[in-house]
Amino acid sequence: MAVCIAVIAKENYPLYIRSTPTENELKFHYMVHTSLDVVDEKISAMGKALVDQRELYLGLLYPTEDYKVYGYVTNSKVKFVMVVDSSNTALRDNEIRSMFRKLHNSYTDVMCNPFYNPGDRIQSRAFDNMVMSMMIQVC
Amino acid sequence: MADEALFLLLHNEIVSGVYKSAEQGEVENGRCITKLENMGFRVGQGLIERFTKDTARFKDELDIMKFICKDFWTTVFKKQIDNLRTNHQGIYVLQDNKFRLLTQMSAGKQYLEHASKYLAFTCGLIRGGLSNLGIKSIVTAEVSSMPACKFQVMIQKL
Repeated sequence: MAVCIAVIAKENYPLYIRSTPTENELKFHYMVHTSLDVVDEKISAMGKALVDQRELYLGLLYPTEDYKVYGYVTNSKVKFVMVVDSSNTALRDNEIRSMFRKLHNSYTDVMCNPFYNPGDRIQSRAFDNMVMSMMIQVC
Repeated sequence: MADEALFLLLHNEIVSGVYKSAEQGEVENGRCITKLENMGFRVGQGLIERFTKDTARFKDELDIMKFICKDFWTTVFKKQIDNLRTNHQGIYVLQDNKFRLLTQMSAGKQYLEHASKYLAFTCGLIRGGLSNLGIKSIVTAEVSSMPACKFQVMIQKL
């Protein structure tokens, strides 16, 4: 279960950020922001290596805190960043991948919505519901 | 089989609809082509997002152009581009010898002057697809003899 999910446009501004409202959300925003550098690094390094679409498990960005940050970049250079609490059960690779697949599918639906202008913040309720279903329910 | 005809007929109606509404306003001819092209642009953006969902990452510009010529064209028009030429400096020419949207119109020089209206949407389609993949471009089309047509893509290097 994710703690924070963010969708970042190709110009590196956020299209959508949602985190479970426990403590200060700002912390998650910073984490997502710093993870963007790692993402860029991986993309440029990947040109020589395998040509694969998925890009995940960027590893612990903050060794002090117990979060894992995963990344995923689509062909249209839109980045999905997911912050997971690693104190709970260690999520398997497959689960993370399927969560990103669901995210990508929902994002594609948002893109095809004629009322959505590419580059605006995502305000679709369906997308919202899908993301909430992937996050921890903390009361 | 019927769904090909669906898009063809709808596209023809879109073109005549845009021109009819222009007649009522005081809009010059050039604006209609722009409107059609912008429609194609938005559609292209959404389409590319859907089509590239499962494909591998593209290595370079040429790879993207090949994708447009093969997979994208096949999915939209049920055939591939017949000829792709480039000067390796950002200009690509896509040649389609039997363009789906023009086959029903004529098989020679008749109606040549109206052909550009029916190509504007597809130009926008290509431009929208490329822009979503991160490539800014200008797409123009020319017809010398129906139903063959050439799309010229000029990549703008920033």
